[in-house]
Amino acid sequence: MKAIAGERAKRGKPFPTYLFVFLVPPLAVYALFMIIPLFDSLRLSLYKTMGDGSEVFAGLGNFVQLFTSPNFAPRLWGSLKNNCVFFLINTVVQNTIGLVLAVLLSRQRLRLRRLYLTVLFLPTMLSYVIVGFAWKLILSPVWGVSGAILGFFGLGQLLQPWLGMEGPALVAVSLISVWQWIGIPMMLFYAALLVIPNELIEAATVDGVNAWQAFWKIKMPLLLPTIGMVEILTYVGNFNTFDIVYVMQNAVGAPNYSTDLLGTFFYRTFSGYGNLPGDPTMGTTIGSVMFLIILLGVLLYLFGWKRRVRTYEL
Amino acid sequence: MQTTTLGARLRRALGSMGTQVFLLLSSVVALFPIVLVIDNSLKTREAIFLKPFALPLGDAFSAAGYHKALTQSNFPLWFANSLFVTLGAMFLILLLGSMAAFALSEYKFRGNAFLTLLFLAGMMIPIRLGTVSIMRIAVALRLINTLWALILVNVASGLPMAVFILQQFFAQVPHDMKDAARIDGASEYRIYALVLPVVKPAVATVAIYSVIPVWNDLWFPLILTSGNSTKTLTLGVQQFVGQYSIDWGAILSSMSLAIVPVLVIYVLFSREFVSGLTAGSIK
Repeated sequence: MKAIAGERAKRGKPFPTYLFVFLVPPLAVYALFMIIPLFDSLRLSLYKTMGDGSEVFAGLGNFVQLFTSPNFAPRLWGSLKNNCVFFLINTVVQNTIGLVLAVLLSRQRLRLRRLYLTVLFLPTMLSYVIVGFAWKLILSPVWGVSGAILGFFGLGQLLQPWLGMEGPALVAVSLISVWQWIGIPMMLFYAALLVIPNELIEAATVDGVNAWQAFWKIKMPLLLPTIGMVEILTYVGNFNTFDIVYVMQNAVGAPNYSTDLLGTFFYRTFSGYGNLPGDPTMGTTIGSVMFLIILLGVLLYLFGWKRRVRTYEL
Repeated sequence: MQTTTLGARLRRALGSMGTQVFLLLSSVVALFPIVLVIDNSLKTREAIFLKPFALPLGDAFSAAGYHKALTQSNFPLWFANSLFVTLGAMFLILLLGSMAAFALSEYKFRGNAFLTLLFLAGMMIPIRLGTVSIMRIAVALRLINTLWALILVNVASGLPMAVFILQQFFAQVPHDMKDAARIDGASEYRIYALVLPVVKPAVATVAIYSVIPVWNDLWFPLILTSGNSTKTLTLGVQQFVGQYSIDWGAILSSMSLAIVPVLVIYVLFSREFVSGLTAGSIK
């Protein structure tokens, strides 16, 4: 910018003050509260917090400790594994149902279309606090709601305190996240389907292509860019999820860390939990691992998917 | 298409009926928890447990939960805090975001591509990963337990999306209009003010995108503003529910009090929400 400003001055043009007026305020806030903290956190992950609170450069010491010490390694692998399960359930269930809903909502001459769109997107508007507690109450055996619903279908004997059971708790929390966020893939797929011209499908129908074939052979290839976008949004969102677990299962990911995700592990480590004091620099080390995981996904998306998938002008 | 057989017509009728059934069931699943919470918040303790599906009519009705939630907590303050943070963040995201987007789409200068990329990167990397450093910066600037800490953090994390969307719309504004104004001697600031109303639909979309995460955020209030006078609605309700875990009437009422404002705004602006989202993603 400076070089250009200099050239302009030489050529007798006025110095572009306006450029600075437009760009400095947004850049200042963005840099001070996002860019600098992100880089500073990466730097802090190379420091050890000592007993007296001072910080000493330790190279990759924190990373070695995180991956090998019995205090950290089991929690790291445990939360990473849980996070993968969480992502898998979200990706398969949420994005598949989201796609099905979008396909149905984009059918021609559908009645109540706008009402369905509005209602199905509603959960996405609510905070995790509301969503988490509402489902916690519904799944609680203390309240007869889930028992009554299962009983209605003759499945009353299946009622269990799922949120207190190690395997089912993670599945339940994942499905509640699906319930909350289904609106996002639905809307993105719906928007993508809207721009596919009807003539394209009609022409294929005249040629004897049935609806099922039309979906797989015509719509699906056109949806690939959107599928990639939905996947990367889900991935980034899932690998820094914290709130839903914190609200429903506390910061420890109860029971017995079975719903502990990287986000809760990160929070517990830097802020401290129970009688454990916080270790800020160890926290940034976990944050850096999460950063690398997310970066890996983003790079895979940009170079593995986006580069290869063909986008068609419609 | 003229030769639709009876079978094809029947199949289509069945198909559209199946669609309606599936969408109806999905809508019931989406609405059920919300309706259940609001419904039971207006009932007596006995009715909540004995008849959770009944309407809050006759003997079942009770507003005791609301009374407790409103007297035992600081709802009006939490609400005001959330409103201040959300509106403040929204205003600054729109102002600063449109300034940056305008400059990046209007002027050619060295570093333009880099700055665009810098903002773009912010959409993919979650700001939370920098939390430890954000806490330290907030301490250094004496912003801990002030609502400004939340506003500034939310502005920083909301800017990338705002710049991304607005930049594309600014780029579509015809040059004739700007050049005509320049010939008339308008300053660059004047041109910005002139162009801003043209991209109004995009500004509305950005406003919608940026408001929801700020209002619903739990992470940064938990870390930056957990003091009694700076709690937001989300954090206040979260702690209230944890504290009164036995009093279901009070819990359900406090949750309903948090749901209703979002619900009202959503229903009022649902048209904009839905079309904003679809328009935003077509771009």
